[in-house]
Amino acid sequence: MSDISRRKVLADLAVAPLVGGVITRAGGQIDKVPKAMSPREKLQARYFPNFELTTHEGKKVRFYDDLIKDKIVVINFFYAQCEGICIPVTQNLKRVQNLLGKRIGREIFMYSISLKPEQDTPQALKHYVQMHKIKPGWTFLTGKPEEITILRRKLGFSDAKAQLDQDLKNHIGMIRYGNEPHQWWAMCPGQANPPWIVESILWMDPKENDVHTHNVKTNGRKVS
Amino acid sequence: MANISKRNRRREREIRNAAKNRREIIAARLSRRDLIKAGLLTSAGYLIQKNGLSARAQFGGGGSFGGSDCDRRWYDGSGGNGTPVSPPTTPFVEPLPIPPIAQSVASLSPAPTVNPNTAAGEARTRPHQALTTLAPQKFYEVHQREALISVHPQLPLQRLWTFNGTVPGQTYVARYGEPILVRNFNDLPNDNGGFGLQSVSTHLHNGHTPSESDGFPCDFFGQNKWYDQHYPNALAGFASSHPPNGDINESMSTLWYHDHRVDFTSQNVYKGLAGFYLLFNQFDTGDETTGFRLPSFPNFDIPMMFNDKNFDPDDGLLAFDLANRDGILGDKFLVNGKIQPFFEVKRRRYRFRWLNAGPSRFYRFYLTKSDLTNHPFWVISNDGNLLKNPVQTTSGLMMAVAERMDVIVDFSSFAAGSIIHLENRLEQCDGAGPTNNILAAGQGAKVLQFRVISDPVTDNSVNPATNPTFYQVPTRVTEQITRCFKFDRNNGQWVINDRLFDCNDVRFRVKRNTAEIWQLEGGFNWSHPIHIHFEEFQMLERNRNTPTLIERGRKDVVRLGENDDVKLYFRFRDFVGRYPMHCHNVIHEDHAMMLRFDIDDVGNSNESSCGRR
Repeated sequence: MSDISRRKVLADLAVAPLVGGVITRAGGQIDKVPKAMSPREKLQARYFPNFELTTHEGKKVRFYDDLIKDKIVVINFFYAQCEGICIPVTQNLKRVQNLLGKRIGREIFMYSISLKPEQDTPQALKHYVQMHKIKPGWTFLTGKPEEITILRRKLGFSDAKAQLDQDLKNHIGMIRYGNEPHQWWAMCPGQANPPWIVESILWMDPKENDVHTHNVKTNGRKVS
Repeated sequence: MANISKRNRRREREIRNAAKNRREIIAARLSRRDLIKAGLLTSAGYLIQKNGLSARAQFGGGGSFGGSDCDRRWYDGSGGNGTPVSPPTTPFVEPLPIPPIAQSVASLSPAPTVNPNTAAGEARTRPHQALTTLAPQKFYEVHQREALISVHPQLPLQRLWTFNGTVPGQTYVARYGEPILVRNFNDLPNDNGGFGLQSVSTHLHNGHTPSESDGFPCDFFGQNKWYDQHYPNALAGFASSHPPNGDINESMSTLWYHDHRVDFTSQNVYKGLAGFYLLFNQFDTGDETTGFRLPSFPNFDIPMMFNDKNFDPDDGLLAFDLANRDGILGDKFLVNGKIQPFFEVKRRRYRFRWLNAGPSRFYRFYLTKSDLTNHPFWVISNDGNLLKNPVQTTSGLMMAVAERMDVIVDFSSFAAGSIIHLENRLEQCDGAGPTNNILAAGQGAKVLQFRVISDPVTDNSVNPATNPTFYQVPTRVTEQITRCFKFDRNNGQWVINDRLFDCNDVRFRVKRNTAEIWQLEGGFNWSHPIHIHFEEFQMLERNRNTPTLIERGRKDVVRLGENDDVKLYFRFRDFVGRYPMHCHNVIHEDHAMMLRFDIDDVGNSNESSCGRR
């Protein structure tokens, strides 16, 4: 353990509340404080491999370093030729982007990762972006097929049943939203009401998660 | 560690080796590419199944004890091959902790107000419905904050989120006819330690509570805010069918409170935000010489909260898989916050209040004697509702997440020194639900050890074998409407009648003081514990048959197994406002397996087109 991290552990321990009673033990347990990775490093190791991906503009990026670290993000999986759930989800996310306006690409970053990286070349993704008139700030990504598979599983977009997992028509239509430095991660349905998705994403802004205002009027979405 | 088999000892050695190897790999700064090149990792991200790297792959899951070979999912949601299990812990080394009883305060400053005291930092958005008519007689202050907690002496102290410093939180001891008000502060820390959101909504499950105090998932509040929750402790019907005191047959006993923050409930509850709320009355008195003469509280009336959790094999800290969408199964079993504690009992009857506090597992509990035969016990209450009469079971007791079962266990026939285990024998391999294989006695997960001690005892509690009568099932009135709900999944998105959740979307409106029938159709290869807030229902049918004696009374959680159909009767009384129906596998719940309904004085007929489905 480095001096810095030991000092930090000791400092943390000094400010941590010590409680008595039947359940907790008092201090004097410094040797019991773990010396392994920080929570943030653990999350990075478990969920955010630093794979190289390519954007629809042909730019090489690192998944963790360039796309996740220090950011509020919105992630989904799709493929350009998908005629099922991708269409309503992409339309939904376009409304999400519109509702969030200039915050997208500055404070909040949207990523759609291809499930068919062999077909979805950067050029194909650019075509998709143009065809759907998607505005800047929302990045479409492709990469090495085996790495995309790892990424998909690590981010929680796989199905427990192997047969279903191989069926692209059945791919997971959820959206992951999160705030990397705050270690806040959750998911919501990609076909949910766009204002509701927006509200969920805004919880990732520490200024916005105080009180639910109940001021958004929407109607439930039917998905099939 | 006599109860750990040779096979398990070997397995634990493998686990330790695997963790050591992983640490060495990390220390050597090998990249994933290096590992794949070296043949130690497959392209799918699994560690190769070879000795020393993958204890799980070699031995399967089920934790460091238990006879089931099925696996569970971990971290990357990929099926568990080569992924870690919790560090080994020696079972039954510490006594069962009993959560402290909440102590009231003389007054609150500023005094509670009907309208939200926004200026003083209150986050409530709606006025109290009954603060003046059912004025609180006791006041409590609770602070949600981080504390360092021991779950087992062989694991490091854990930074958990607590109500007033303990996990489970303090137990509220409440009485019907004595309304209380809890001022609930959010003092959670800035650093969440890897999971959890510092924004909370505390639900009292399943109080007859006005909506603004119920802990609706979207009535959450952030750090440094507070929220006054008024618990009238009034029987259903007090302002409608049975004025002024309500219907005695709607009495509840074992409630619990837990965080219900939309999309983050599983993380916040896993981190510790849950506790008991016990309700007594003139029959269920807490004194075994009066009323129904149930074993006296607190000496012989013991709340037990069950959780299954995972701990990081490298540093022993509580681990939550943020990528899991199906259901998290832990390989460590905790009772009142301790891994596999023991509990010393005297040779007499006890009332245990069992609560499955999740996150996802279904249990089937047996009392296993040392000769591996079953000790029978009596079920007296389901979901906090005393049954009409006790029901004896020798074939185990099913409990889904959020279900409460009060049981009477009689230890008088045991010699001092006897050991009995509370054992879960229901096999479950993933979040989809149990396999319904019942493991052989002694092969399940021993959750808690009872040690019979020889103290001289008196026992004035009622003998369940004399068939005492508690409450009648409340009288039914004509239902105004039948609504139907089909629970399904669409591209990994949970849907109810093909629709997705939105806190702002009122799916249907129930007219206050009317009765309804709800038909729940589920499963489709998934098992779900469905919970409906506010009112206890009566289960009229399960798969067109009369439910068992244990399920026939009042309840608030219904197990919807694969392809089950249930028919429920509700009578919505006294209060108005928003409430949810949701899956209480909290992982499903956080992935939007929920809907909102409102109670008002008009109602509507949404979700009632049952025939067209």
